[in-house]
Amino acid sequence: MDTLRVLVVDDETGMRLAVARVLNTYTVKPDESDGHAVSFAVETAESGEAALEMMSASVPDILLLDMKLPGMSGLDVLREIRERRLETLTVMITAYATLETAIEATKRGAHDFLPKPFTPEDLRVAIRRVVRHLAVQREAKRLAEEKRQVRFQFISVLGHELKAPLAAVEGYLQILKDGSAGSDPAVVARMVDRALARTEGMRKLIVDLLNMTRIESGQKRRDLVASDLRDAAAAAIETAAQAAAARGIEIHLEAPERAPLVADRGELDIIFNNLVSNAVKYNRDRGRVTVAIDRADGRWRLRVADTGIGLAPEDAQRLFQDFVRIKNEQTRTIPGTGLGLSIVRKLAQLYGGDATVESEPGAGSTFTVTLKG
Amino acid sequence: MTPEPTAAHILLVDDDEDFLYQHQVQLEHAGYRVTTATTRAEAEALAAEMSPDLAILDLMMEQHDDGFVLSHHLKRLRPGLPVILVTAVTAETGISFSPTTGAERAWVGADALLAKPIRFEQLKREVERLLRPGARR
Repeated sequence: MDTLRVLVVDDETGMRLAVARVLNTYTVKPDESDGHAVSFAVETAESGEAALEMMSASVPDILLLDMKLPGMSGLDVLREIRERRLETLTVMITAYATLETAIEATKRGAHDFLPKPFTPEDLRVAIRRVVRHLAVQREAKRLAEEKRQVRFQFISVLGHELKAPLAAVEGYLQILKDGSAGSDPAVVARMVDRALARTEGMRKLIVDLLNMTRIESGQKRRDLVASDLRDAAAAAIETAAQAAAARGIEIHLEAPERAPLVADRGELDIIFNNLVSNAVKYNRDRGRVTVAIDRADGRWRLRVADTGIGLAPEDAQRLFQDFVRIKNEQTRTIPGTGLGLSIVRKLAQLYGGDATVESEPGAGSTFTVTLKG
Repeated sequence: MTPEPTAAHILLVDDDEDFLYQHQVQLEHAGYRVTTATTRAEAEALAAEMSPDLAILDLMMEQHDDGFVLSHHLKRLRPGLPVILVTAVTAETGISFSPTTGAERAWVGADALLAKPIRFEQLKREVERLLRPGARR
C-alpha cells in the first residue's frame, strides 16, 4: 500500500492533533476500479517557518496549510514554495476566506480550500479529491516520461543505424584513396559495389523514416480514392520480380477479379512492397511466395506467405516494433531498415485493421494485414 | 598481390561484413595470408585446424562480449598466439569500454586493444610488432 506524506501547518494544537487523528486511520482508493489503496503519514508544524524548515529536508505530497499563521502567513509560505519549486499539493485551511485571498492563494499555487470549521468528513472529502488529482498527475507524468524515453531510444538507435553504413562507406573510400588494398580491378569493383549497397540501405532507411514520420504526425495529406488491392499487389509483385527470379523464387497472386477499397494508393504500395519484398528476402532459394487477398469479417484480408526461414515465437512478438530485426546467422547478410513492418502495422491501423504474423521456424511465415472497407 | 606461402597467417574475425572485407583486402595487400570468420564458433573451429600466427578479433557487439570470450578461448587453445582485439564500442556509444582491472585483462588475454575507427597503418604497426620474434609481453 502506498503511503502519502501529509504536512499539517496550523498554530492551533487541537487542530493539528484532530487532523492527524483523522488521517492516520484513513485510506483512499485513487481509482475505484482497482483495489490499490493509499494511506497517510501525518507530520505537523506550528508555523510557516517551521514548515519550510521541514520541507527543505523533504517535501510532503500534500500540504494542509492554515491561511492565518503567526509570523509568515499562509500566502507567504505559498510564495516560498513556488520560489523554491517544491512539488507539493497545497490545500489552504481558511477561517474567513474572502474571495480576494482565495484568488490570491490560487494564483500562488494553492490547489484547494478547506473552510474552517470543518468536520472529519469534510477533511476526508478534501483529501480524497487531492489524492485523485495526485494519481492523475502522476500517471500523466509517467506517460510523458515513457514517451520521452521511447523517443530518446528511437533517436539513439536511428543515429547508430545511420552511422554504421556511413562508417563502412568511409572505410571503402579511404582504402581507395590510400591505395592500401592495391589496384586489383575485382577488389576495387567489389568495394565500390559494397559502398553502393550500403548507401542504398541508408537511402531506404531515410525513406522509411520519412514515411513513418508522416504517418505518425498525421500531417501527410492522404489521397483517399477508389483503389484496387489486386492492382497494388500486382505492382508490388512486379517490383520484386527481379530479386525473386535471381534466386528462383516464384510469386503467386490469389485474388478476386476486383478488390475495391477507398484508400491512398501510396499507402497500399508501401504495405504490399514491404510484405512482398520481405517474403522474397527471407525466403529460401527456389522458394515460393503466395499473395492472397480475400474478405473476412467485413474486412479485406491480405496474406503474404513465404517458404523461408521463419521466426521463433518470441521474435514474432517483437517484429512489428521500430528497428527490430531478428539477428541470427541466417539474417546476418540480409539488408533491411528494421522499420518496414512497423510502418505496415501503423498503416493498417489507419484503415481500422492490424498486421500480424504466424510462423514456423524453418518452414515459413505468413503475414496478414486486415483493412476495413 | 599473392602472398608468399611463408607469409604470416592471420585469423580475422568480425561480424560486420564490410569491416571484415576492408581489413582482409588491406592485410592481403600488405602481404599476409588472411582467413576470415564471422562468428565465435566459426573462429574457434578455424583456429583449431589452421594454426594462425596472429588473430584480429572484433568485439562483436551483436553477440555481446563474444570477442572477449573468443580471445580467452584462443589464448587457452594456443597460449603463444598474439591477439589484437578491435572494438567499435567507444565510437558507437561514446563510452570508453575495455577490460579495466588487471584481472579482467589477464582473463581476456589480448595483447593489444584498438578502438574503431582504426587507421590501417595503426593496425599494421601492431601486427608487425606482435609478429616480431619475442616481441610480446
